[in-house]
Amino acid sequence: MDGPAVSVSGLVRRYGEVEAVRGIDLSIDPDETFGFLGPNGAGKSTTINILCTLIKPTAGSARVAGYDVVHERDDVRRNIGLVFQDTTLDSYLTAERNLRLHAELYGMPRNTIDSRLRQVLDIVGLWDRRSSKVSTFSGGMKRRLEIARGLMHSPRVLFLDEPTIGLDPQTRASIWSYIRELREREHITIFMTTHYMDEAEYCDRIAIIDQGKIIALDTPHALKASIGEDRVQIHTADDTVAIAALATQFGVVATMSEGVVTFGVVDGEQFVPKLFSDFPVAIRSVNVSRPSLDDVFMSYTGTTIRDAEAGSVDPVGAGSALFGRGARQ
Amino acid sequence: MSAATVAQVRVPARSTTSELRAIKIVWQRELIRYFSDRLRIVTSLLQPALFLFVLGTGLSKLASQGTDGLNLRTFFYPGILGMTVLFTAVFSAASVVWDREFGFLREMLVAPVRRSSIVIGKCLGGATVAAAQGVLMIAMAGLVGVPYAPTLVLGVFGLQVLLSFMLTAFALVVAARVTQMQTFMALTQMLVMPLFFLSGAMYPVRGLPTWLTVLNRIDPLTYAIDPMRHVVFSHLSLTPEARERLDPGVTWGGWHVPVLLEAVLVLVIGLVLLGVAIAEFSRSD
Repeated sequence: MDGPAVSVSGLVRRYGEVEAVRGIDLSIDPDETFGFLGPNGAGKSTTINILCTLIKPTAGSARVAGYDVVHERDDVRRNIGLVFQDTTLDSYLTAERNLRLHAELYGMPRNTIDSRLRQVLDIVGLWDRRSSKVSTFSGGMKRRLEIARGLMHSPRVLFLDEPTIGLDPQTRASIWSYIRELREREHITIFMTTHYMDEAEYCDRIAIIDQGKIIALDTPHALKASIGEDRVQIHTADDTVAIAALATQFGVVATMSEGVVTFGVVDGEQFVPKLFSDFPVAIRSVNVSRPSLDDVFMSYTGTTIRDAEAGSVDPVGAGSALFGRGARQ
Repeated sequence: MSAATVAQVRVPARSTTSELRAIKIVWQRELIRYFSDRLRIVTSLLQPALFLFVLGTGLSKLASQGTDGLNLRTFFYPGILGMTVLFTAVFSAASVVWDREFGFLREMLVAPVRRSSIVIGKCLGGATVAAAQGVLMIAMAGLVGVPYAPTLVLGVFGLQVLLSFMLTAFALVVAARVTQMQTFMALTQMLVMPLFFLSGAMYPVRGLPTWLTVLNRIDPLTYAIDPMRHVVFSHLSLTPEARERLDPGVTWGGWHVPVLLEAVLVLVIGLVLLGVAIAEFSRSD
């Protein structure tokens, strides 16, 4: 493919007064796995919906697989595969019939359907279950089948909107092993959204999005390196006094996060003994961690992803009502 | 077979062929769903059967003089043929709401095909299912003293196809705007029963009070029920007076509307409704 697989410039989407997406620019290379990371309501789904031609941007433009998402909608659609957060399978039909239905809807050349069917079901390990009704599938199997269906017409870009949401950790891990295998077997660009920090590490590059804007964009490694500091969390008898003491005694700015006092220091393991030697409040527990993407998010936004969700007013409320379960047109 | 040996598929640009394939697969899916649900086939026959055999038998105690000796069940029969199609068609279009609730609609709406192909496929699918259900009712003709004449069977079937098309299109218009199954069910109940009772399915449409005459002539179902009754009654041996009273035909201000025009009217209304449904489904992006 010539040029970037996805290119976005100045993308804005407004729902009435609310700006769900507030000026996004990015460019994704062919065969790259790109992660969109952020709390619920950050604008991830709105952006993905625009890139999939499901909604129109208020301003700005986007090209996917070389086609404009507004003016060349069908060309975009022919070249993308979609896996949504909610299942979009026909559970009354068998796995195979779901894929054949997809092949017909997409107008796949008839002589390619059988071999492609086998190929995609092999990738997700469901060939043996092809004759079972989807209603008998577990959540993880349904997600795998949806990934297979998304691949059926050999899209150049595969969109995975929260591919592991609602799945247990074991199933999540297995979905990821299938996605990794898929990357080895197909030349495909993957654009995925997630709000699981650990999953974002599977990506080549990550954009951290918060309140409709990209606040950081780099490889997971570079993002973590940019933080540098270790993260220390302490549980104390009096958090307010502890935060004040940290500021006056050590010059460290600490905040409350996930119910505990949290702060960053260059070398956490050396800092903790100093902390115990001279501290006005009883410390009940200490946790020191190396920087993770969680910390990256924290350092860019000043809050953890869970706190961001808890305090979120859901700026895309209007969008989810339009495209969420119940009213997706 | 290894993955590497299989060539990558390229989806060709949209063409008439691809649109027709989309229509066909959406249509086929409706049929697969219908035939895999035997219980639904039986239950949607239950209500018409109750009207025909229970109400028809019970009411005949009251109405034996009004029908000039014609069995009330026989009189009800054409109306019940229409009723079966009415209920099945509306229920079929509910699958759109269902698909939306269960997400499958989204899979269809993001495909590189026109929205109109999806809607046409749905409409033809629903109409086929309703017509199939209608055939089961035609099969009951013998039980109510109606002969199995080929012209009767074909005539009624043709009208049922038209009617089921119109009704499915109508229900799709409703389904395009409704996002929840409960709302759809409540709304169609509210619309279906008046359509049925005003249509003259259960009574002759001449000599009615003015208000009822007006409402009857507005009801599109009237123009499908009346030709059905005409086709069925033309195969019954009745005195001219009884025929005039029981199968008077529809009039507009004294002008007797020909059966063929009625059928064309049903087709035109169906096409207009289909156009509205397509516009509604295309509008939303």
